[in-house]
Amino acid sequence: MTNTLHRFGDAASFRDDYVVFAIAAKGKNDQGSLEGLRKFLKIAVEYKPVNLGDARHGGALRPSRSLNPLNHWRRDVSLDFQAVIDGLDHPTTCAAVFDNRPAAEDFVKRIKEEDLGLSVNISTSIDGAEQCCHHACIPRHSVGYSLGFEGATEKLPNSQVLMLSTMCGHGMISHSLAKKMIDFVKEGRRTPKDAAATLMRFCSCGVFNPSRAERIIEDARKKTT
Amino acid sequence: MGAIYIDPSLKRATINDDECVECYSCFNGLSQEHLNPTMVRTIRKLLSLARIRFDPEPDVCPTAAFEPNELAWPRVVRRAFSDPRVPHESTGVEGRGTEEVKTNDVTGRVQLGEAGFTIEFGRPGVGVRFREIQEMCWALAQAKVAFEKKNPVTSLMSDLSTGTLREDILGEKVLSAIVEIKVPVERVEEVIRLVWDVEKRIRTVVTLGVGVRCESDGEDHVVAPILERLGYKLERAKTNTGMGRVSRVVEQPKKDLVSA
Repeated sequence: MTNTLHRFGDAASFRDDYVVFAIAAKGKNDQGSLEGLRKFLKIAVEYKPVNLGDARHGGALRPSRSLNPLNHWRRDVSLDFQAVIDGLDHPTTCAAVFDNRPAAEDFVKRIKEEDLGLSVNISTSIDGAEQCCHHACIPRHSVGYSLGFEGATEKLPNSQVLMLSTMCGHGMISHSLAKKMIDFVKEGRRTPKDAAATLMRFCSCGVFNPSRAERIIEDARKKTT
Repeated sequence: MGAIYIDPSLKRATINDDECVECYSCFNGLSQEHLNPTMVRTIRKLLSLARIRFDPEPDVCPTAAFEPNELAWPRVVRRAFSDPRVPHESTGVEGRGTEEVKTNDVTGRVQLGEAGFTIEFGRPGVGVRFREIQEMCWALAQAKVAFEKKNPVTSLMSDLSTGTLREDILGEKVLSAIVEIKVPVERVEEVIRLVWDVEKRIRTVVTLGVGVRCESDGEDHVVAPILERLGYKLERAKTNTGMGRVSRVVEQPKKDLVSA
């Protein structure tokens, strides 16, 4: 699952995008890892993430199975971190998303001190991740580089749409919906915050970054490419 | 995928089953209201007569119309590769690949002097049929590259030595699928050039990822320079911090020995 690796954008566009996730290796340290993963999520909340999630149940803002029609006028867009922590019932990938480097750095340092024994990865610009490791005084163990999209790239949408839709690497955020939300903001029908929340509900593992999305949508309001 | 549209003759939302990849995003991602369908349609019709359109939340299905289909082989493969909430039976991991370098600190899958490739097809949001993935698998097998055994695509190969996939799944379309291989760093350039060659013959997007083990100082002095020489601008990566470790198995004393 390379769900956070291939986000579209240059290094500068990841200045407010730090995904830190913990995972247990199947058959190696997954037994009894649930408590460690839960602790990872609990600690993350102290560092004010913009999203939190697990790969089975989703992020801190989820779709509702029984919505009241009045919600069209007063939709709740508050993040429910506690639901993510309480809902974790199986060893899976747990992620915390930060929109600033100091928070990500401090969180990584703290996780190192806690010594959970889980594999912890940072998905962001190469430089950003190096800075986080440097702050925690740890050399990088391994790196997975993203080489970007190739082949029939004429089938891809414009860069703004791509930056939004690739924030769910599993492809649960469609290009059409991302384009629609940009258009809604351009037409004054939604705020960037509302538009980002709509997209965020589709991300099934909680790695969507609503802060970055708001910034991209705000940029797209005035720019055309 | 754009598989859902309003059929002009039926005047109802319709799913193009050939294009649908069974990602279940419509079912899982939309909020639901459970309103009466007749009432919703009547209101919409009356509003449209007056050229008025309601501006609802775009991610709400008012009638909870979506229901998951019962999937049979080979269509079930679509969901396995498209819906990340469904674990692959072959890997036990939710999603389309394996743990790759994410758990390399524990598994040691990619060692110094090696490069682990993830070659992903159909991402982002384009989709791919297995027939196109087979083109790449054939080329890789011909180059005597070893496929990752614990990978969902590998598990669908009828002949591992030639990279041939099962005949009955070739027409199935999925949101994305990942082929994983591992090669010595000396072969990195060869593999990338091979991928570039096959890319020209298939009609989807390809996303490359390269995983490497860093040296003791946390640096990669070998693979990054090769990639940059090939023209890649390295912007983003997934960095394993090396905090993982294998659980220690504590041997419990046998009861009979304790009582003795």
